[in-house]
Amino acid sequence: MAIEVRIPTILRSYTGGAKVVEGSGDSLNELLSDLDSRYSGLRARLVTDQGALHRFVNVYVNDEDVRFLGSLDAKLNDGDTVTILPAVAGGAFGFAAAAAILGHRAATRAR
Amino acid sequence: MARYESLLDACGGTPLVGLPRLSPAVPEGAPPVRLWAKLEDRNPTGSVKDRAALYMVRAAERAGRLRQGDTILEPTSGNTGIALAMVAKLRGYRLVCVMPENVSAERVQLLRMYGAEIIFSPAAGGSNQAVATAKQIAAEHPDWVMLYQYGNQANAQAHYETTGPELLRDLPTITHFVAGLGTTGTLMGTGRYLREKVEDIQIVAAEPRYGELVYGLRNIDEGYVPELYDAGVLTRRFSVGTRDAVLRTRQLIEVEGIFAGFSTGAVLHAALAVAHEAARAGRRADVAFIVADGGWKYLSTGAYAGTLADAEEALEGQLWA
Repeated sequence: MAIEVRIPTILRSYTGGAKVVEGSGDSLNELLSDLDSRYSGLRARLVTDQGALHRFVNVYVNDEDVRFLGSLDAKLNDGDTVTILPAVAGGAFGFAAAAAILGHRAATRAR
Repeated sequence: MARYESLLDACGGTPLVGLPRLSPAVPEGAPPVRLWAKLEDRNPTGSVKDRAALYMVRAAERAGRLRQGDTILEPTSGNTGIALAMVAKLRGYRLVCVMPENVSAERVQLLRMYGAEIIFSPAAGGSNQAVATAKQIAAEHPDWVMLYQYGNQANAQAHYETTGPELLRDLPTITHFVAGLGTTGTLMGTGRYLREKVEDIQIVAAEPRYGELVYGLRNIDEGYVPELYDAGVLTRRFSVGTRDAVLRTRQLIEVEGIFAGFSTGAVLHAALAVAHEAARAGRRADVAFIVADGGWKYLSTGAYAGTLADAEEALEGQLWA
């Protein structure tokens, strides 16, 4: 069963630079294990030691967020497309700068 | 009522219009499936952000965080800055916006006309450079007030108290609410209100999926989820790519005559997905979605003309929502 998996730039070091790889599995959990057998270390970047999806990773099956489809238990079918992306809010610049400023303010107050 | 004491009082109360041509056709006798667009471009500065800007400033005033003549610092790549600039002007504050230099020319000109000052961060340095710039500004001006829309409860409260009640008043039969996911304020506030009032309401998020240039710089261990975000409010969440967003934005003006920005195209894509699902299942649906702004500010991107591939290329590396 072939499922197309789109890999973000930051994780392509695990796939030998490949942007798109193929995998198989009846669930996201099975797919990630299958991928890890060929791209060692990839699964650990996406799944925590507690067995949940990493907070700052978003995974989509056919453009829908898996967190609303059962997370790692999300069912997969032949021909599905799985997209992995880092969590980025709209206005990607704004949040980064805002978080930095708040962090700075908190650090200043602590002193 | 169409008379207001000032522009600030004219915020909200936007029209909800039906989309009879874009709504899925259903067989005769089957339950109707209808799409409805809430035209947030009809706000004072032309976007949904007027609601949040007004509420955040008022909340800061009540809390004593803002006093006459104070400076507000807000990192923003667009609509929030424009909305805040108008509110700041009318309420007597100075606004400084920090934004990447690759935002569209219209936004910069608008902000300056509203009286905001702009500090650019180099586009080439990406988000790392932007963070460095922002840190530096905050360090130099510890007295500046940042409203921080991503963690400011007044942002969501604006929608809980205005957008949600307006929708329910105008569409008591609402079954789905669809909006863009950025600060998450619109979805959290409106979503909470509708969940309290409407049984089985579906709250659907459409998130822009940008070109690789935007994500390329982002490390998975340093991701960010806005403090306002509570996944429990949502029913589903869609990621919409640039091509689909452009396609739907064009379809909205071609078929229904509504000229919207690209984030609305992403939202319409998700709204159509849930509407067609309902039609296939033979279920009644009244799907309301947010038109966050008009297309005027994005004309210079070139993405309204040419082929879809041209448009996709024009928007590569840009924050179009």
